[in-house]
Amino acid sequence: MKPELEKRIVKGPDGFEFEVDPIRDYFCETPPTVMTAAYSAIIEKLFNWARAESIWILGFGTGCGAIEMRPLMTPRFDAYRYGVQWRPTPRQSNLFIISGYLSVKTLKRVIRSYEQMQNPKYVVGLGSCTINGGMYWDSYNTIKRLDDYLPVDLYIAGCMPRPEALLAGIVELKKIIRAGKAEGANIYAEKFEWYKANQKRVIHDWDMPDYNW
Amino acid sequence: MQFDWMQIPYSLLTLFIVLNYGMLLNALIAKIAARVGRRHGIPIWQNYADLLKNYGIRSSITHGVMFYLGPVFRLAGGVGLLLFVPTIFGSEMFSNLSFAGDLILALYFVFFGTLGMALGAGESGHPHAAIGVSRGLSQVTTAELPFALAVFAVALQYQTLSVTDIVAAQQGGFLNWTLFTNPFAVAAAMLGFLGSMMRPPFDVVLAPQEIPIGPPTEYHSSYLALMQTNRMIFPIAKIVVYMNLFFGGAASWPVFFIKVFFIYMVSVLVGVVFPRFHVEQSVRWFLVWAVPFGIIAVLMV
Repeated sequence: MKPELEKRIVKGPDGFEFEVDPIRDYFCETPPTVMTAAYSAIIEKLFNWARAESIWILGFGTGCGAIEMRPLMTPRFDAYRYGVQWRPTPRQSNLFIISGYLSVKTLKRVIRSYEQMQNPKYVVGLGSCTINGGMYWDSYNTIKRLDDYLPVDLYIAGCMPRPEALLAGIVELKKIIRAGKAEGANIYAEKFEWYKANQKRVIHDWDMPDYNW
Repeated sequence: MQFDWMQIPYSLLTLFIVLNYGMLLNALIAKIAARVGRRHGIPIWQNYADLLKNYGIRSSITHGVMFYLGPVFRLAGGVGLLLFVPTIFGSEMFSNLSFAGDLILALYFVFFGTLGMALGAGESGHPHAAIGVSRGLSQVTTAELPFALAVFAVALQYQTLSVTDIVAAQQGGFLNWTLFTNPFAVAAAMLGFLGSMMRPPFDVVLAPQEIPIGPPTEYHSSYLALMQTNRMIFPIAKIVVYMNLFFGGAASWPVFFIKVFFIYMVSVLVGVVFPRFHVEQSVRWFLVWAVPFGIIAVLMV
């Protein structure tokens, strides 16, 4: 446990002393719950259309694949045509693209960012390293199967996939969302214990609450 | 001010028309900006999809009461600004709830949403939100200075604080517009206008490309959707005020659509040409270039 996360007595600006327990006070520890479609089928269909047409990607590049995401914003590929845009904060994003290899150190940040995103949320694994480790299959500090740690909706194979492949993957993801089959957030909530156990198996310096949003 | 119950549905109709016009216009503007960058740009219905998606997000979290109220204040600022200013001059249906002193109220409403956001974003506890709010407030305040001076000049010129009377005084040919009768006031106001439209070069406060997205960092799902709704209404409402004060108002919806489009295009054209200012640069810019015009305008009247 890092010293700044330990319980301590803090003196406020008005001279009043109070106890701070960062893990409990600064994070919400409630585990995620399954949130099924709350409305009638026709409204849910409309929402699914809107979700598919408005994909906000979290601007978080984990590996070398991050460099393949950027050209999508440029005139050559122009992903904005497909309703895709990048958001700087996980709160507003729906789609997390794990772009390439994921080191254990980054996995920790990825989990925290993923948990801060709101339901429904989607994960796309970009590149072979997210499927089976790819060229990092015998590395000591990268994870091999992304699906063990986060619920993945779609994989894009290749090393590296070209931006066109990423664009095609996004179009494919839109079909999944429109069919109402992209329920990754609910799968994560359902199998929460299993995902946490897997995550804790590789992250040895676990110094955060089990669920932090 | 005489009040009639019928004004309420009429005002809601105004709101509905302006909301949809704002959705399409903002998408069109984004497309124009994209074409300047040689991109194809978003589909014209993109704003509807974004808005629906955000209203359709299933989970949301809160940081406290002000966090709830921030977006509500913001939307109230936009809607209030629109409702208390006559949209269509001479039309009983679309004069909304305007009354004799509505110019002062409009000035207040322009600022109201920003203050609400400051409180809401402050409660979210995110450092980026706090930084964004302080930067935003300082920039908006200085952008407001020339606008306020211009409004004083116009109010002095026409000896009234009623927007309807100001529009009435500008009727009868475009040479009667404030644009030609008091060009300095319009120059000051238009420079201030650039600063409050949330477009480059003055959008460093909440540009998504900057590392802190600014006040809305923690806002998501329905909160964000409320703010997006305001984002569609507020620029149009603000342009309505400008159109009424400086460009002769609009006597019918087609004229309204055209005038609003061209006034909006002023900030777009500036925005696609110039890169972003830092906040301290833009503050200096407003004080050096815009405020003197406002002072001259007040002195000339």
